[in-house]
Amino acid sequence: MINFAYTVWIPLIPFLMFIILGLGGHKLKPKLSGLLGTTGLGIITILSYITAYKYFFATPKIDETFRTLLAFNTTWLRFTDELHIDMGVLLDPISVMMLIVVTTVSFMVHIYSIGYMHGQKGYERFFAFLSLFTFSMLGLVVATNIFQMYIFWELVGISSFLLIGFYYTKPSAVAASKKAFIVTRFADMGFLIGILILSFNTKTFDFISLTDPNGLAITKGSGVAFMGLSVMTWSMIFVFMGGVGKSAMFPFHIWLPDAMEGPTPVSALIHAATMVVAGVYLVARMFPIYAFSTPAALEIVTYVGAFSSLFAAIIACTQTDIKRVLAYSTMSQIGYMMLALGVSGYGGHEGLGFMASMFHLFTHALFKSLLFLGAGAIIHAVHSNYMTDMGGLRKYLPITHITFLVACLTIAGIPPFSGFFSKDEILAAAFHHNKLLFAVEWAVAGLTAFYMFRLYFSIFWGKDTQYHHTPKEAPYTMTIPLIILATGSLFSGFIPFNELITSNGKPFETEIEWIVAIPSVIIGIFGIAVAWVMYRKTTDLPARAASFFNFLYKWAYNKFYIDELYIFITKKIIFRYIASPVAWFDRHIIDGTMNSIATVTQVVSFRIRKFQSGQLQKYAFVFISGALLLVILLIYLWR
Amino acid sequence: MAANQLMFILFSIIIVTFSILTVTSRKILRAAVYLLFVLVSTSGLYFMLNYQFLAAVQLTLYAGGIVVLIIFSILLTSHISQKTEPVGWKKSVFSALAAIAGAVLAIITILDFNFSATLEAAQEVSMKVIGRSLLSTGEDGFVLPFEVISILLIAAMVGAIVIAKKGGPVKSDSSTLNHQ
Amino acid sequence: MSTLMFFIGVYGFLTRRNLITILMSVELILNSVNINFLAFNRYLFPHKLDGMFFSLFIIAVAAAEAAVAIAIIINIYRRFSTINVEDVNEMKY
Repeated sequence: MINFAYTVWIPLIPFLMFIILGLGGHKLKPKLSGLLGTTGLGIITILSYITAYKYFFATPKIDETFRTLLAFNTTWLRFTDELHIDMGVLLDPISVMMLIVVTTVSFMVHIYSIGYMHGQKGYERFFAFLSLFTFSMLGLVVATNIFQMYIFWELVGISSFLLIGFYYTKPSAVAASKKAFIVTRFADMGFLIGILILSFNTKTFDFISLTDPNGLAITKGSGVAFMGLSVMTWSMIFVFMGGVGKSAMFPFHIWLPDAMEGPTPVSALIHAATMVVAGVYLVARMFPIYAFSTPAALEIVTYVGAFSSLFAAIIACTQTDIKRVLAYSTMSQIGYMMLALGVSGYGGHEGLGFMASMFHLFTHALFKSLLFLGAGAIIHAVHSNYMTDMGGLRKYLPITHITFLVACLTIAGIPPFSGFFSKDEILAAAFHHNKLLFAVEWAVAGLTAFYMFRLYFSIFWGKDTQYHHTPKEAPYTMTIPLIILATGSLFSGFIPFNELITSNGKPFETEIEWIVAIPSVIIGIFGIAVAWVMYRKTTDLPARAASFFNFLYKWAYNKFYIDELYIFITKKIIFRYIASPVAWFDRHIIDGTMNSIATVTQVVSFRIRKFQSGQLQKYAFVFISGALLLVILLIYLWR
Repeated sequence: MAANQLMFILFSIIIVTFSILTVTSRKILRAAVYLLFVLVSTSGLYFMLNYQFLAAVQLTLYAGGIVVLIIFSILLTSHISQKTEPVGWKKSVFSALAAIAGAVLAIITILDFNFSATLEAAQEVSMKVIGRSLLSTGEDGFVLPFEVISILLIAAMVGAIVIAKKGGPVKSDSSTLNHQ
Repeated sequence: MSTLMFFIGVYGFLTRRNLITILMSVELILNSVNINFLAFNRYLFPHKLDGMFFSLFIIAVAAAEAAVAIAIIINIYRRFSTINVEDVNEMKY
């Protein structure tokens, strides 16, 4: 058996980097800290690739199934013999895939940040936080039990908070980081409740026991029923709630657009490729339970994903801040992934959705981070985030232009780019499950193509804007990751996912279903065409379309007023009716009790200080009375 | 036995009466004299109990030494004709309550207990026996308390002299402290 | 009887204001105890003489203590020019 114990270093090296850079960063020269962080990442990227190679190709399969290996597992906290929390490294197809995704994207982001953050204050802090984030995400991905995953889940939340609020002197950044943390924390409350219910009923935290198809968790499926749904279903719904928060699905999506206040490499790493897919990963990890015991929860996953993807796509069509367009695009794509998981079955061809979801996760990580890094290069050159300030940039930023175009084509689902293959699989899975869902997702694909090319044309074509100073192409450290990621987007579509990553570990055969593939390509091209017409040159078509759709446009532009709704709920209802009374109670009653104890003590001591009178006879009197009392007590109690 | 009992009752009455007078008399000198009478009656009681040595010691020490000391100090520290002022009502009532309660309690306890008095003849306590016991170790020996008491007496003497000295080392110490 | 004497002494101790009279009450108390010891010795334990010796020691101790007490009283008189026990109350709050 090949020894995988070294994989424990994959999360630990970035942790080490975090400690070194965090504690000693300001003493080092900035360039050195950047190099340190990047080297650490480089090492673990290589390690991940080695691991993947060994796992997929060198480790023999049993029953043609990829085995789940525990590379490392120690008991961290032991409460009783049965109740213990372990820490360890679990290797199975999806975790190895995530290792590759996380380390690759993080490595690219590190290289990019050397150029992007050059000369900024807090450079070392940035790399320390990046390493912390990578550590947390890797720990989440290789978690052996659900509690470890929860711990790292929270760590990821913290890292995200630190990174979004990196420009801590900007009030909007601070507000955004607070919002992100609070919303995800609220969702994590649901996650924790789900964990507790689940582990209480199944008596274990361990993933291997939980997801064993013959194991207790699944066979005990519909246990006690509560309000029409079994306990297991409730727990999986709560667990999913955590995923909804982290993955910015409706209704917990509000933090994602605001999270764009952070530096662009952060957006690329966290909000495109890694953290937001944590929710998808969670559902995939618990997939056997979802598939066998709680199909109702799986339905919820499906509909949340589908709705989110549609919702986000509509909003993205109206936004003018390029990073926000990309943020909504992320939300939409993750909706795709959730949907794919939702329509999936277990095993063989039934598990097409599962495989498609993971495939799309992989390709999305590559092209979305490419998009964000490209957006960063554009912002770096133009010093503005808004599409309205840009135009005709293809003359000035050639490399960025080409790579950005590749990414847009990928996301639109044009063959032979990778996006076509992964999105196609998802559409096929949806087609087999529910034709209405397929229709919705097909429309969303068209919308996706439309808004992405709207973005592309507005930036690189459109009007010839006069700039204050000529935009320069980005330095090498920024363009090289772009090129690498573009290559990945081009070719990763050809990786045979169906042989490597499936719902039950056994490979299965797939083929292109023309009935799905052709319409998806057609609608993609249609979307591109509409965008071409409207945005390639400056016309008044967009303005006319906006007034035509007036009402819908206004609502979409304002993100359907969801933020306002939440603020209303929190300020008027929660603050006024729940938070204020609690605060009053705390101030008056709890503090009052403490204060009154102190006051009483003071008053009593003031009164009884006369006891210390210095008068001998009083002392003697008290002494004798006391003695008498004791004697009486003794005599009469002993009788 | 009847004569004994009679004598006992007589002595008791004298003692109790004079002790009450001691504690309640207004004039200090009178109180001292009453104390003297109490002590003399007590030694009479000792004679009756056949403890002659002790009775003699009581007379010498108490009646002779201590009462004299008390009278000296009274004369040193106050006018002879000065009356002690009446004590406040509250104090005397409370103290009386406490004292009476205690007395009642003790008497009840004592009366409840059956003392079996032996009727054997008392041992003659001769000086030889006393002297020997005071200095012998072993079961009947009291040499340890004897030595301890001698140390105590020395300490008392030294202490009394130090305290009663006029000025003395205490004052100079405090003045040096003040300078620092 | 000794009980009565004891508690009369206690009453006096608590009631009197002059330090010297307090001392006198203390002597009363001690004497009462002495009588008690001797009585017990005489009537309950004729063979042993423990009570008598103890009383002897008590007398000795009482003498010593009276001496020291007088010394202290003289000192207090010098300092406060009064020997009322209520006026000697500097050790108060």
